Amino acid sequence: MSPTEPQPSDVPVPDEPLLTVTGLRKAFGQHEVLKSIDLEVRRGEVVTLIGPSGSGKTTVLRCLNGLEVPDAGVAEFAGQLTVDFATPVAKKQVLALRDRSAMVFQHYNLFPHKTVLENVIEGPVQVQKRPKAEAIQEARDLLARVGLTGKENSYPFELSGGQQQRVGIVRALALRPQLLLFDEPTSALDPELVGEVLAVIKELADEGWTMVVVTHELAFARQVADEVIFMDGGVVVERGHPDTVLRDPREERTRQFVDRLLNPF
Amino acid sequence: MSINWELVWSSLGPLLTGAIFGTIPLALASFSLGLLLALVVALMRLSRNRLVSAVARTYISVIRGTPLLVQLFVIFYGLPSVGITISPWPSAIIAFSLNVGGYAAEVIRAAILSVPKGQWEAGHTIGMSRRQTLVRIILPQAARVSVPPLSNTFISLVKDTSLASLILVTELFRVAQQVAAFSQEFMLLYLEAAVIYWIICLVLASGQSALEKRLDRYVAH
Repeated sequence: MSPTEPQPSDVPVPDEPLLTVTGLRKAFGQHEVLKSIDLEVRRGEVVTLIGPSGSGKTTVLRCLNGLEVPDAGVAEFAGQLTVDFATPVAKKQVLALRDRSAMVFQHYNLFPHKTVLENVIEGPVQVQKRPKAEAIQEARDLLARVGLTGKENSYPFELSGGQQQRVGIVRALALRPQLLLFDEPTSALDPELVGEVLAVIKELADEGWTMVVVTHELAFARQVADEVIFMDGGVVVERGHPDTVLRDPREERTRQFVDRLLNPF
Repeated sequence: MSINWELVWSSLGPLLTGAIFGTIPLALASFSLGLLLALVVALMRLSRNRLVSAVARTYISVIRGTPLLVQLFVIFYGLPSVGITISPWPSAIIAFSLNVGGYAAEVIRAAILSVPKGQWEAGHTIGMSRRQTLVRIILPQAARVSVPPLSNTFISLVKDTSLASLILVTELFRVAQQVAAFSQEFMLLYLEAAVIYWIICLVLASGQSALEKRLDRYVAH
């Protein structure tokens, strides 16, 4: 890896927690979406969140990226930053939390009026104020790594879903985040395009990037995840090594969910 | 009825002069100022601050709820009685800009709202502020959506500038009235004026489709 490319969270130090979240709560009106969630992500670790729709797993990601402001809970980032969501200053601190992570959306959310290259350098140049030439070079390298050389000047609508999502991933990487957040990154894709996107994510995991992935792809979770968290109704029902949670879960609800996903008929 | 071609030919000069130095600059100036105003009003209308949004709402309601001719007369003939005298040209520009501002504000507001919420979130997630996201991500996409309805507003405005003849602005229609009164050829002169308005609007409509094509890459297909 060349020095201009983003380094995955310095040198991965195993066992050192990068992000610790405790007592995360969020309600939309009367509806309690998250009822006290605890989460710990160590450097270089891949945590996958699984669970039925409406279980709150996407809301967890959105809270970590500051797209939602939780009602309560504490997030601690590698000892550098502690945000207590119950305090009024949390709204400002949430932005600092956002700076440390980058989000990949289910529907890509690329900017349709910008080319692939412009999509990728928008954050580095406009927000992080990095030199444009350097950002372009880095963007080209990252695009090459996900197999998108030659697409720099294409517009998103000219690309397949799988290509668009790979641009989405590169746009996140270009921010040089310490933590990557994936919100059902393959759920909007045609089945034959899922593989190419999962392959990129797996490669990033192998390189040592720290990530939290919300997914319905159990085979992917089994292969890549260090920890699987099963959520239902706004609480964590079960967590542990993928072999345990996905093959031999302790909880009945987990077993039912995994069965339904593996045998839909 | 035989057509007095000599009069058509001799009046064409004055009428075109009225269009080029009256109608067109009046429409361009009012539309530009009106659009700026409309953008501000649209953003005020979308503001979370209830007072700000109520001010914008009231403004839009008054502009859309009263005739343009009345607005024009209030500014030119009404204001002098409270000590504010504005000459014909500025009066016309003020009235037309305020009018465009009210109508176009709703167009721009709707265009902004038509951009998917995910675009705001994508802007925020790469670290942009609300303002940055609005300017760099949302407005360019809203612009494409608002071209057809704003073209409508512009075309209406071009025709509405004929009302300025009633506050003594020398523009296309006022020239036509003067020549008609002098020559007593009312039908001929008013039809001639109508044809010139029509040609201006045809040019604008073709400009609209060119602009739409150019901005087409700005929307998802």
